[in-house]
Amino acid sequence: MNLNTVKDLKRPKSADEIRQWRDGYAWLAGGTWLFSEQQVHVDTLIDLHTLKWPALTAGKDGLEIAATCRIAELYDFKPPKEWRSGPVIGECCRSFLSSFKIWNEATVGGNLCMSLPASPMVSLVVALEGILTLWPRDGAPREVLATNFVTGNHQNVLAPGELLRSIRLPAEALSKNFAFRRSSLTHLGRSAVLLIGTRAPAGDVILTVTAATAHPVQLRFKGSPSEAELRDAIDSAVPDSLWFDDVHGSPAHRRHLTYHFGEEIRKELEA
Amino acid sequence: MKLKVNGKEFSASPPPGECLRMFLRDLGWFSVKKGCDAGDCGACTVWVDNKPVHSCLYPAFRADGREVTTLEGLASEGKLHPMQQAFLDAQAFQCGYCTAGMIMTGAALSDEQKKDLPHALKGNLCRCTGYGSIRDAFDGKTNVEIDDAGKSSGASVHNPFAEAIVTGHAHYTTDVPLPEGTLHLKVLRSPHAHAKIVSIDRTKAMAVPGVVAVYTWEDVPRRPYTTAIHEDNRVDPDDTYLLDNVARFVGQRIVAVVAETEGAAEEGCRKVEVEYEILQPVFDPEEAMVPGAPVLHERGIDSHILHPERNIFLELHGEVGNIAEGFAEADAIYEGDYDAPRQQHVHLETMQSLAWRSDDGRLHVRTSSQGPFIVKGRLCYLFGIMPADLHVFTERVGGGFGGKQDMMSEDLSLFATMKTGRPVKWEFTREEQFIGATTRHPMKIHVKLGAKIDGTLTAIQYRIVSNTGAYGNHGGETLANGMSGPWAIYKCPNKKGDGYAVYTNLQCGGGFRGYGTTQPTFAMESALDELADLLKIDPIEMRRKNVVGAADKMEAIWEESSDLTMGSYGLDQCLDAIEKALASGRGLRKPEGDDWLEGSGMAISMLDCVPPTEQRSGSEVSLLEDGSYHFTVGSVEIGNGLVTAQQQVVAQIMNCPTSRVSFINSDTDKTPYDSGTFASVGMMVPTKAVENAARALHEKIVSYAAKSTKTKPEDCRIEDTFVVHGRRRTPLTELRAAAEKEGENLAAFRKAYGSPRTVAFMAYGVRLAVHRITGEIQVLFSAEAVDTGTVMNPNQLRGQCIGGVVQGIGYALQEKMVYNDSGGVINAQLRNYRIPAFADAPVTEIFFADTYDSIGPLGAKSIAENTINPVAPAIGNALKAATGVRFTALPFTEDRIFAKLQEIEKSPAPV
Ligand SMILES: Cc1cc2nc3c(=O)[nH]c(=O)nc-3n(C[C@@H](O)[C@@H](O)[C@H](O)COP(=O)(O)OP(=O)(O)OC[C@H]3O[C@@H](n4cnc5c(N)ncnc54)[C@H](O)[C@@H]3O)c2cc1C
Ligand code: FES
Ligand code: FES
Repeated sequence: MNLNTVKDLKRPKSADEIRQWRDGYAWLAGGTWLFSEQQVHVDTLIDLHTLKWPALTAGKDGLEIAATCRIAELYDFKPPKEWRSGPVIGECCRSFLSSFKIWNEATVGGNLCMSLPASPMVSLVVALEGILTLWPRDGAPREVLATNFVTGNHQNVLAPGELLRSIRLPAEALSKNFAFRRSSLTHLGRSAVLLIGTRAPAGDVILTVTAATAHPVQLRFKGSPSEAELRDAIDSAVPDSLWFDDVHGSPAHRRHLTYHFGEEIRKELEA
Repeated sequence: MKLKVNGKEFSASPPPGECLRMFLRDLGWFSVKKGCDAGDCGACTVWVDNKPVHSCLYPAFRADGREVTTLEGLASEGKLHPMQQAFLDAQAFQCGYCTAGMIMTGAALSDEQKKDLPHALKGNLCRCTGYGSIRDAFDGKTNVEIDDAGKSSGASVHNPFAEAIVTGHAHYTTDVPLPEGTLHLKVLRSPHAHAKIVSIDRTKAMAVPGVVAVYTWEDVPRRPYTTAIHEDNRVDPDDTYLLDNVARFVGQRIVAVVAETEGAAEEGCRKVEVEYEILQPVFDPEEAMVPGAPVLHERGIDSHILHPERNIFLELHGEVGNIAEGFAEADAIYEGDYDAPRQQHVHLETMQSLAWRSDDGRLHVRTSSQGPFIVKGRLCYLFGIMPADLHVFTERVGGGFGGKQDMMSEDLSLFATMKTGRPVKWEFTREEQFIGATTRHPMKIHVKLGAKIDGTLTAIQYRIVSNTGAYGNHGGETLANGMSGPWAIYKCPNKKGDGYAVYTNLQCGGGFRGYGTTQPTFAMESALDELADLLKIDPIEMRRKNVVGAADKMEAIWEESSDLTMGSYGLDQCLDAIEKALASGRGLRKPEGDDWLEGSGMAISMLDCVPPTEQRSGSEVSLLEDGSYHFTVGSVEIGNGLVTAQQQVVAQIMNCPTSRVSFINSDTDKTPYDSGTFASVGMMVPTKAVENAARALHEKIVSYAAKSTKTKPEDCRIEDTFVVHGRRRTPLTELRAAAEKEGENLAAFRKAYGSPRTVAFMAYGVRLAVHRITGEIQVLFSAEAVDTGTVMNPNQLRGQCIGGVVQGIGYALQEKMVYNDSGGVINAQLRNYRIPAFADAPVTEIFFADTYDSIGPLGAKSIAENTINPVAPAIGNALKAATGVRFTALPFTEDRIFAKLQEIEKSPAPV
């Protein structure tokens, strides 16, 4: 929709051109969320397209994803066979409620910065043990673990004006086996739960719970847990108030599905 | 910036916050629609450098240096793109409002994507078709049939707007260049469910650059009225003011701002300062009826509210036979409570209107209404306008489903035009549709049924509490309707019903496909299965035993005589068809795994083809100079295919192809009066008027031909472009020229009334799988059998049915409006109020009963509303069959049903 309160547009060549941050500024990535609601507090858009960051760089160490990489570009990426968790990328792209047309514009960074429980890029980068590079407006770049980035529904660790620059998915995480489960109240709808388990052959199991909880919850087990251990771990990691409550699922159902799909994942990775 | 749109160069400098959708529309590319303005519906899909995007989310400035393609630019050198051709061949649209986006998406799909349409079409919503004909288009099916002279009744002739729809040239309500100096209207809506307005300060709003005027309750005529559109305005309470000094629901319009731009009007609304005195709200209708509850409407205005002090707009009671004796005779009794909630229409085109004053001083309103004539009358009353000075009309309307049977935008647009002298446009946002428009009335229904051991019903008792919300528009009529049909379909000597339409501080209910019968049908059809279960009788047999037969009286709880007549009877065929279809085993297989349970269910419904209130229409059919025909009719084309059917009726009677029948509809200046297009009247009243006029013209032409050729009228007949008498053939053009010379007018005008009224029947069957643990439901097979008399246009009718079924599936399985504790809707976006997408819509088979109605035009009768009614109860019955659990509250979403499923044994339940 038209953002009628926006009066100004900046198209920097480098992020350094934006040193002074003030209320009313907003980084514009794909714009697919910004333009989907009134943004009455925004008066200036700062275009990230003009920064021209290379979208994807794959190397021996893993995959470097620019925040401005479009979902469509990520979806088209063909991970090498050794990256056994590579298909998680496609699965997560397909987990958007939005259509492929929106993937043509929406960015990985935009989705991470939205930090919604149903943000599939959050599920992806947390499950694959990503590391995020953030560029504060003043001061040196910093790195945060993906698990620590999202702090609540539509909340994250970004300071005002701080830019998400990129995400690194380590090759080690990409090489693990994975199991993926997602569910929504309507067919191909918005995620009510999105669970990803990973495990290096005979290694430790990591279970990442997203969409069901207000922020991602990652459970790490020595080897493979038993059914009871898994359930206990879920119960102690997720207090009642953390199960997310919105029109896309009730807290009780989300917990129930987390047990159910968590158990399926446990079994799948045990094999 | 410079860009190319459809091959043409443009240079422009869009404001930084402008989206491409608005930018393109401002350039005159009106195929770029708004269904949501938020990325959810896809109606705005265009290509940027050949990639499809939702133009409502695409910053216009980013189109710099790019090539944009809209539907208008898709055909090349006069040749339709294959996707346009496919949509044309399949007639893959009804209102056509979604079509531009569908085609622009479809035409961009790779072969790989076409294999997975549920995914590929995730971002394209259609509310009319249920995706049946859209699936056909992708499958390359041709649904249109050749239209031969005299053979159009019963043929799937194409929609007269088809070409315009697939090329983007069909013009909906605001798809016109805005008149010079058009102002934009926006309203400030109440944040409180119940509050008195203490003061309104407009100073800051008036200071916003571009704001022209700010209107409050003090500026508008204080004339009570109802927004509901009915011929007889006394059936609705006069409980509404144009702008009021009391807010009765969150979302009620409080202040109107008109400005040079939409942005300025929005800013003006944000700057108005309103001081409220908060009053206690009441949200639950049972609580609202208890003495001492907050009172919504004071007595005082002559508003025909029955018990204002208890918030009861209307109560209805009735009994036939003796209910106590009926239960005493019963061998089995079932009693249950059912909860049928709200549903929003989500017609893809939001409500909108454009008002202006022409140089001659007359006022004009171009609107998306389902009843322009009633709107005109209401506006004349509100503003004291002489009828001759006001013109109200529609062009194409992008869906209605009853949502546009309320006057919700025209009043303020016209008021502002009268005040400012300038054209004024008001377009609802999608959010406003959810918070400020109407919904299906939420109803709580208590049912008690008694039957003999052999299944014969002995007693039917029900109590319905309908939540009409803050205003009573349609509250009484929907209640009366809901207390009739769903119960009258069964013979039973003893029936008793009590009903209440109750005010609460929530948004108001309105007309919605089914019009008050969908909710009680859910209750009755579920309850009947429960009773059959108690008696161990097959549910279809149970119905066969008790339904009205062709010769039976249809009676709910009132013994009065009625003009309701069995013009035809096809319920027996519907029951047989669904029984056979369910037994066939067709459809998808249950998913693998013993956690999946499977079950089938069915339900039936009866529709009065015209409401009991007044309904009238008229039509003129004339023979034109070129030998073709033209008809006028006041009904609205809202995607119901009405004008196609009307064209077919004329063509059939005149023995010509529909291509020789032109028309104009729904215009208070140019067409005869019509009570409005709702309540499934389209076929029965306006089309009947068209039939009457066509028959009269036919007679006139034949007798004129007989007279001028000195033959007997019975020896003359019309054959396409000629009148044939004996061995001679006179071209119609010649006849018409001769008639004109003699001062004979070859035109006929006739009226039609909605009386007597006939009934239509419907049965729906479904087989589904439900996951014992997660609660996920998959519809495996879906079939509807309809008794609609003559099938005038099979393809269109199939579309109406599938559309109704899928809307019913939405109601049963996913649509839910959620309110916070203060009475505000929290999911006022299509992203959060999920109507069925392609992925949610099962393939649905449609069977037509073979009947001919003695009342309707050429033997046809109504259908559109009834299609939704049996869907939710059939799904509930199938769920029960699969799981043994009866769910009584809609919708059956996973998170609402899973808890009760956990006790079920793994072993597959009997189907
Ligand atoms: C139809 C539809 C369906 C949707 N479905 C889903 C869904 O299923 N799950 C889900 O999570 N979301 C969904 N969304 C919302 C949103 O998450 C997506 O639109 C998308 O991920 C946003 O990406 P973008 O690049 O377009 O971000 P933008 O709209 O450009 O920006 C989003 C926000 O992030 C900020 N931002 C963007 N990039 C950066 C950066 N690099 N550094 C710092 N801040 C930044 C912006 O300032 C803004 O506040 C949906 C949206 C639509 C329209
Ligand atoms: S109007 Fe753009 S997606 Fe609905
Ligand atoms: S035809 Fe699709 S919305 Fe009307």
